[in-house]
Amino acid sequence: MLHVNHLRKTFGKLVAVDDVSFTVDRGQLVGLLGPNGAGKTTTVSMIAALVTPEKGEVLVGGARLAGDTDPKKRKIGLVPQDLALYDELSARANLRFFGALYGLSGAALDKAIGATMDLVGLADRLTDLVKTYSGGMKRRLNLAAGLLHDPDILLLDEPTVGVDPQSRNAIFENLELLKSRGKALLYTTHYMEEVERLADRIVVVDHGRVIADDTLAGLQSRVAVAGERATLESVFLTLTGRSLRD
Amino acid sequence: MSLIPLSAMVRKDLQLFFSDRRSVIVSFVVPIAIASFFGSIFSGPNRSSEPAKIAVAIIDQDSSPISTGIVAGMQADKNFKVTTPAEAEARDAVRRGGLAAAVIIPKGFGDAAGNAFFGDGAKPPLNVIFDPSRSTEKAMVSGIMTQHVMESVSKQMFGGAQGRAMVERTLPQIQGAQMPDDEKRALINMLSSVQQFYNRQPSGGGQAAGTRQGITMPYTVHEEAMTAGSNIAYNGYAHSFGGMAIQFLLFAMANIGIEMLLERQRGLWKRLRSAPVSRFTLLTGKMVSGAVISLMILLVCFGFAMAVFGVRIQGSVLGFLGIAVASAVMASTFGLLVAALGNSPATARGITTLAVLMMVMLGGAWVPAFIFPAWLQQFTLAVPVRWAVDGLDAMTWRGIGLRGAIAPVAVLFGFAAAFSAIAASRFRWEEA
Repeated sequence: MLHVNHLRKTFGKLVAVDDVSFTVDRGQLVGLLGPNGAGKTTTVSMIAALVTPEKGEVLVGGARLAGDTDPKKRKIGLVPQDLALYDELSARANLRFFGALYGLSGAALDKAIGATMDLVGLADRLTDLVKTYSGGMKRRLNLAAGLLHDPDILLLDEPTVGVDPQSRNAIFENLELLKSRGKALLYTTHYMEEVERLADRIVVVDHGRVIADDTLAGLQSRVAVAGERATLESVFLTLTGRSLRD
Repeated sequence: MSLIPLSAMVRKDLQLFFSDRRSVIVSFVVPIAIASFFGSIFSGPNRSSEPAKIAVAIIDQDSSPISTGIVAGMQADKNFKVTTPAEAEARDAVRRGGLAAAVIIPKGFGDAAGNAFFGDGAKPPLNVIFDPSRSTEKAMVSGIMTQHVMESVSKQMFGGAQGRAMVERTLPQIQGAQMPDDEKRALINMLSSVQQFYNRQPSGGGQAAGTRQGITMPYTVHEEAMTAGSNIAYNGYAHSFGGMAIQFLLFAMANIGIEMLLERQRGLWKRLRSAPVSRFTLLTGKMVSGAVISLMILLVCFGFAMAVFGVRIQGSVLGFLGIAVASAVMASTFGLLVAALGNSPATARGITTLAVLMMVMLGGAWVPAFIFPAWLQQFTLAVPVRWAVDGLDAMTWRGIGLRGAIAPVAVLFGFAAAFSAIAASRFRWEEA
């Protein structure tokens, strides 16, 4: 569903992303892992057309993504790391606005709002101002805003930062449901246990390059010690090293 | 360009604007309050009210008929509110700002002024103590004082007791004076004629000596204010409301530009840019919503001024609307410029506040541009606010027709086009 081919992006002398390639198929969740500054967010930004790659291409359903108004952008939903919501507006007003950006209006928009708010468990708070929401509720609404136009591909950039276990679990259940519906999900996070639970495949990037692309079991087998299965965290530290990156 | 995202952006921005009570108050209530204040200052007196009088003290240390006449003349003058305190008290009042000026008529002033009037006697000083921050009022005091001094001195010299006494005292002195005979003869003839003139005045009937006038202004002034029509008074509120509305809609639009920077910080532009919406639509949406808000501010301010202060569009209504729309679009694109050039909300806020204040000050929004020096008046033609304020003045109290709106509208749209072009080229479109 999503093919990322040889993406490269530099900011001045800094090579943020260098020859990054991977795929995400239908019904699959791919975890994108990497230390701070590894190039995860820049990669996601290029897939979402927020940043123009210097080299490489992004294929959506086999067709190259090109231009601000490319209709194929409708197949992509972005859940940014920030709570990209208008606090002073109600959830409904937020979703009406974000839906309209994808050409939704009238009854179709109302139906989409109802379905996504049901999915994230916020239907009863639809008319409340976002500023009255808890942190976890805002995270779920952030997810709903990315799902509103029913995209085939969902890009999730650290979607569970700062939420309580209950909200995190609710988000996981939402993602598993989406996966079962055939959506292709790309998920970046620093929480290894999330990837262990959700990911079908894991792509590890460091210094802008892909250093591993495998299943959880495949990665664990690379660093197996004395016949014991390694944790994903130990695999990650083995692959990326222990030096601080901030 | 799809209309669904565009209309959604406008609707969302309007919802956000009206959800912020502070923005609404600052944008609508504050300009009305300040414009009302400035309007009351710059409107001048209306037909039924007295003009504001200048507070002046006169200290008459002479107590001669001439000095008494000067004091009486000043007290009767409609321009002054005259008091007669002691000198120390007057000096203190001027220092504290309670009086614009104090005039001290020194002892011997009347005699000396009389001698100086006819002959080559030394001119006596008239001391004026003034507040240096009120130099305009001092100039008025000095000018009008001259009139009253001349009236009082000439009145005494041509018929008052002080004049008679001076002539009677001077004639014998000339007889024995050392001067050429022909000059002596001419002076004696002149003073003798003056004396005969005194003696011809009846002591009772005819024009009484007490009502005889001295030298008076040999003309009267007919003043005609050039407003929209002969029966239409100048309404200073028209200018103050135009100026303040333009100032506050610029502030509102600068704030929208800063909000765009905040939206970027909060990741909202990632959502906008990931949607299949063109850059043109995104900027146009912001521009339209800003223009709608600006137009509302302008029309609400003028609506209030019309309802409460009787401001009227004496010129072209179409021209007024054209200038209002052009001003709104110009202000809105100024907001885009702020969003494009601002690095962060905090730095942008400081710089734009300064920029807006400079523009409104130079554009004549606070005080009319005609009081500026000539070079500054030329320079401010490069400031869009000048065109907006002058254009609104032209369509309201000046009563200029549609033709007078063409240049302001064209220039304001020109500024809007320039601001938009710079904003589009400098806007940070990449959201890493």
